[in-house]
Amino acid sequence: MEKDNLKLIELERSSKKKKTIYRWILFLILGIFAIFYIAPLYVMIATSLKTMEEIRIGNLFSLPGSLNFDSWVIAWQGQTVNSTSGLKMDAGNVFLKNYFWNSTKMVVPAVLISTIFGALNGYALTKWRFKYDNIIFLLFLFGTFIPYQAILLPMARTLGVLGLSNSITGLVVVHVIYGLCFTTLFCRNYYISISDEIVRAARIDGAGFFSIFFKILLPISAPILVVTVIWQFTQIWNDFLFGATFSFGEAAPIQVALNNMVLTSTSVKRYNVDMAAAIIAGFPTLIVYVLAGKYFIRGLTAGSVKG
Amino acid sequence: MYWVKKNLPKIVISPSFALLAWFVYGFILWTAYISLTKSKILPKYDLWGVGQYFRLWSMDRWHTSVSNLFIYTVLFLTLCIVIGVVLAILLDQKIRGEGVLRTIYLYPMALSFIVTGTAWKWIMNPTMGIEKFFVDIGFVNFTFDWLVTSGMSIYCVVIAGVWQSSGFIMAIFLAGLRSIDDEIIKAAKIDGAGIFSIYTKIVLPMMRPVFMSAIVILVHLSIKSYDLIIALTAGGPGTSSDMPAIFMTQYAFNRSEVALASSSAMMMFLTVTAIVIPYLYSELRREDGKR
Repeated sequence: MEKDNLKLIELERSSKKKKTIYRWILFLILGIFAIFYIAPLYVMIATSLKTMEEIRIGNLFSLPGSLNFDSWVIAWQGQTVNSTSGLKMDAGNVFLKNYFWNSTKMVVPAVLISTIFGALNGYALTKWRFKYDNIIFLLFLFGTFIPYQAILLPMARTLGVLGLSNSITGLVVVHVIYGLCFTTLFCRNYYISISDEIVRAARIDGAGFFSIFFKILLPISAPILVVTVIWQFTQIWNDFLFGATFSFGEAAPIQVALNNMVLTSTSVKRYNVDMAAAIIAGFPTLIVYVLAGKYFIRGLTAGSVKG
Repeated sequence: MYWVKKNLPKIVISPSFALLAWFVYGFILWTAYISLTKSKILPKYDLWGVGQYFRLWSMDRWHTSVSNLFIYTVLFLTLCIVIGVVLAILLDQKIRGEGVLRTIYLYPMALSFIVTGTAWKWIMNPTMGIEKFFVDIGFVNFTFDWLVTSGMSIYCVVIAGVWQSSGFIMAIFLAGLRSIDDEIIKAAKIDGAGIFSIYTKIVLPMMRPVFMSAIVILVHLSIKSYDLIIALTAGGPGTSSDMPAIFMTQYAFNRSEVALASSSAMMMFLTVTAIVIPYLYSELRREDGKR
């Protein structure tokens, strides 16, 4: 063993020079990729701070002349134009304020409800084995893969029958239903790694289904609940398909509004306002990622390396 | 009361299960049934047969969608995996600043496809975007107009898609690399193996399950891709960057061809199923083996 280590040290010493060159190449490649990933964010921020004049004169990567947040204000609350009848909203302009709140009103209940049920489902599926529980789990698991095109038409009709089409409530219902597959999967995979012994002991002591959940499992569930909440928040905030299919006009969520805003070109394209709007729409999930990146990544990998 | 107590786990799961059975599996069956009818604006329940599928496969627009999906999937899959694996291996060399680099590589995953599409649409703007930058720095004849060129705009979707998802593949490969025992690599070094052959001959073959997961995730993502195309090209110019998801929503909601749209949705569903079921089967068998 010691001999091996000596040999290893010798090997490393002999190739030290080679190693510094390797290191430089390594950092060079990593650096180039870092630029590739960061450049669009830089372009978005820089463009949003420029005036249209600066955009026409400069190029993508040129710096804005000053920190000018006008585009952000226009993207957020629209532009007031002077007309004979006093201040008036510029017609045909979409701005994000209302849609941002639409998305907030949609995301909070949808995340909470789907997470609570996901935790209970995961607990029931792992700690209280019953007939066919594996098949039920498989059905949830497969539900995380289905292309939503296969359910869009009947869902649209159902929301119509329930009187929920084009409403935030309708979108909450949709996101809860299709989010359940993911939340159940996450929680099931977490609870299965927790020893059955604790639960068995508590059952012998006479503890019931809910008291075991609230007294034993819930207190140690923080990590998976954070992962689940972040995952659901990101998915629902970023959703476009359901929002665009089941809502329009005033009830649309923010991603739909952003898309409409970029598409509805009034007389002149305002790239600075488009970029400011894109940053506003991406801001909440980006902040969550920066603050809780560890849990975000864990959710991604938990959702991918399944079973 | 005793009955309730005994069956509480089932009672708790039954509302979710009922929703799953009705809104996922029931709805898929409904879509499958409607795809076998002649429904136009409203669903009609008289069975017609597989005529819609013949119609679908005789349509140029569907062929464009499918071939775009094929191009997109091949490039998206290859680029994401190559970039993901290379970045994961490089980041695994115990380098300084790994945390910062990882954060930079992965942040696009937090953005929505609409935000990504909006940003890249501006970057790839045919006159004022990246083209202008290259002209400004001296490449006077540089042009980049893929976004408005039939047959090329699909590659713009690939670029933006890879930008968004490759960091994620890096993350799952890095997690895989970290779970490999260091001793194996040490032993190979002692035997005189170079760093390159250690990775190609020992480490990467050990990561077969990670490759499998990555492939399944990326392929099923690309079959579902919808938002990114809407934001970037809206399927255009014309219908040249259409994909099945766009085709489906177009015919379902704009052209009132409910049955035809359902048949295209079923094609998507069946493709995903054909890829996912064998994968889940092997994954679950692996899990059982571990127990």
